[in-house]
Amino acid sequence: MADYDAIVVGAGLAGSTAAYCMAKAGLSVLVIERGNTAGAKNVTGGRLYAHSLEDVFPGFADEAPVERKIVRERVSMMTDDSCFTADFHSSRFNEPHSASYTVLRAEFDAWLAAKAEEAGCDVVCPGNADELILDNGKVAGIRSGEDELTSDVVLLADGVNSLLGQKAGLKKELAPNHVAVGCKEVVELPRGVINDRFGLNDAEGMAHLFAGAPSNGMVGGGFLYTNKESVCVGLVVTVSDLVKSSARLPDLMEKFRESAPLKPLLAGGKLVEYSAHLVPEGGLHMLPTLSDDHVLLLGDAAGLCLNLGYTVRGMDYAVASGQLAAQTVIEAREKADYSNAVLKGYKDRLEQSFVLKDMRTHKNAPEFIEHTSRMFNEYPELVADVFTQMFKVDGSPSRLFLKKALPLVSRAGIFNLIKDGFKATRAL
Amino acid sequence: MNVEQKLSVDKFAVDEGNPHIVLHPEKFDEATLKALTVICPAGLYTRDESGRMAFEVAGCLECGTCRVVAAHIPGALEWNYPRASFGVQFRYG
Repeated sequence: MADYDAIVVGAGLAGSTAAYCMAKAGLSVLVIERGNTAGAKNVTGGRLYAHSLEDVFPGFADEAPVERKIVRERVSMMTDDSCFTADFHSSRFNEPHSASYTVLRAEFDAWLAAKAEEAGCDVVCPGNADELILDNGKVAGIRSGEDELTSDVVLLADGVNSLLGQKAGLKKELAPNHVAVGCKEVVELPRGVINDRFGLNDAEGMAHLFAGAPSNGMVGGGFLYTNKESVCVGLVVTVSDLVKSSARLPDLMEKFRESAPLKPLLAGGKLVEYSAHLVPEGGLHMLPTLSDDHVLLLGDAAGLCLNLGYTVRGMDYAVASGQLAAQTVIEAREKADYSNAVLKGYKDRLEQSFVLKDMRTHKNAPEFIEHTSRMFNEYPELVADVFTQMFKVDGSPSRLFLKKALPLVSRAGIFNLIKDGFKATRAL
Repeated sequence: MNVEQKLSVDKFAVDEGNPHIVLHPEKFDEATLKALTVICPAGLYTRDESGRMAFEVAGCLECGTCRVVAAHIPGALEWNYPRASFGVQFRYG
């Protein structure tokens, strides 16, 4: 008989959600996490869209360590000497299911892991899951140093690098055009300064994405999120583009945070952490095999992220994958059948949920973003030129705005604009 | 602020004598070596004047980007997670 019904590798959002749901249904569950505490190896930009966690823990934001509820969205197109920003401030995202929150993973993941532990899970933390134990070629548990821990099923929620997912043969090595690398600074600022600087009340937050100059025209962009008493500012660049860069990622990051639009927003702040993380961005094209006999793949390990340029999602998919994996394992236990005949129901559940529906809807988004480099260089320049023409008064004889703007648009190529616009409507 | 100064605010426990990344520079092609110096968010891959590659494991943020970039050259870069209780511990994340 196995030591546990289920072993979960990784106490991130996917792993802890799955562990909690399985323990609540009476399964014996072990969670193994390599950080000193849950969240200690995890990084987000970051914003959590609340809906999927709301389904598991209704009203979670009242007790969970969320930072601020986002009421303000900004999107900027930056060149080296200009920045055009769309600013949307709204109270329409107040409903629990449409809310989103800034979070810091060290604190947030520790809260969620504690929920799993309260529900009855055993938690090994810190502990490494070094290898999968195989019995007649089928997964039968994990090896952690000298220890062997056996289970009927192993849930791999071990993050984007998922070495165990590769060893289990569920996923291939990550392709450089399917992942982006992000780096981030957490900059401490007094609560009142953040409120004043970003036009927010105490519990309100802002999400700000930047395209163009921050990534030096490469596929990627900058971000800024407000927490209670800090802001997260960072930069994400697709790896296949970054390898061709002449500038180093940390130098691009420094240039971004020192740029004219950013510097005053961070002034007087104190750097308290510098972090980095890999982000799966291949969408449906990098979807691995999600299950096999006695093993499932969850969250970032399964590549469940979606970047549309204006929304960046991963944590809500991770939570949903945890919940759906748990439902599948609970069914497997009832049937006393942990073979893939039952476990493949996990993929069916994902297909029927928003998770894989979203991935299918936006299956062309990664390719569109990757192959439309104009979004990251020419279009920010075009926007800057148009607004320069609009606002510049220098005493030279004025002309009709259209006469000023049309040559600029022609230069970018009206055909390109129409083509990219059309492709965007079909991908994003 | 340079990246070394930024890393100095982070909390690391270095597993002395037991690096979780082992590099074999002789197996690399020039383009991949150059890529490593660019992609590492911690700037841990550097070249000296003669072009020799140097790698410092202390300060690794465990993102795995170097692993992905070097994956097409078998055996060039051994990448594992640090042993439990070692490596970076994010206090914010």
